[in-house]
Amino acid sequence: MSDTRNSRRTLLVYLILGVLFGIVVTKAEVISWFRIQEMFRFQSFHMYGIIASAIATAALSLQLIKRLGVRAADGTTIVVPPKVMGSGTRYWLGGTLFGLGWALSGACPGPLFALLGNGVWVIGVTILSAIVGTWTYGALRPRLPH
Amino acid sequence: MSGPLIGLFVPALLLAGNKLFGVSASLRDMCAAVFPGRVQFFQYDWRARGGWSLAFSAGIVIGGAIAGHYLNGAADAHISQATRESLAALGVHDQHGLVPSTLLNFGALATLRGFVMIVVSGFLIGFGTAYAGGCTSGHAISGLADFQLPSLVAVLGFFAGGLITTWIILPRLLGA
Repeated sequence: MSDTRNSRRTLLVYLILGVLFGIVVTKAEVISWFRIQEMFRFQSFHMYGIIASAIATAALSLQLIKRLGVRAADGTTIVVPPKVMGSGTRYWLGGTLFGLGWALSGACPGPLFALLGNGVWVIGVTILSAIVGTWTYGALRPRLPH
Repeated sequence: MSGPLIGLFVPALLLAGNKLFGVSASLRDMCAAVFPGRVQFFQYDWRARGGWSLAFSAGIVIGGAIAGHYLNGAADAHISQATRESLAALGVHDQHGLVPSTLLNFGALATLRGFVMIVVSGFLIGFGTAYAGGCTSGHAISGLADFQLPSLVAVLGFFAGGLITTWIILPRLLGA
């Protein structure tokens, strides 16, 4: 699967899907710092409704794909690789660290990119810092509990 | 309607080429592409494995720009009155646009509050998502939709962190 080279046409498909995603998250107000505050203060159903209905739609789609044995455009069988629990440390600890940052910046990775597109240039600094954060994790990975 | 639309990116990316919807992987791909160093985590063929993710992320930036320029993207969010009051009580009176521009701007970088909200936040997002192996899209949407237990643990972590920031860290930062 990974040795199939990305043709330019396939990359264009992902680019277009990204464009659509950027438009949807902007118009849904998901990239609003204020909406994230509202969510963590339990003052509106807005974000919960969006996340829950997104999960439901994705779950239904996955069931259909699996039961009908639908194949991807390149002919490969569609697989969702299972995540390995291990001790679970990486999930609760990594997740909590991400959550701390999420409520500060008011955006998770997808919305960070959409905010940059919306001309909130200072978010470019946050994105650079996120890249440094990911790099730091990579460097420390052998020493961290997973 | 936007929730189901967001959910549809899971089957769309699987059908397009067996890719599991998730944005934070692109941060790893950028590291692998630009400065992998000798770090094992970044030694892989980023063009083959991460090309799609980089194209998708670039698309999100373009989509944001299109929404911002042509679809009134920066319009004020229709947040609840309760949230407006809670934020005002913390001194956040500027409640217009996508982010509070009085808190998130280049000038604020020189202050402790601005540095934490702009730079430390990004570092935690990049470090945390790489450690957890996914963010809101990869764990909360793709992972939960596939009923994966590790993703549920990660999502509980996301919320624990978000609640700690919102209820304990932000009031202190903003009150300072």
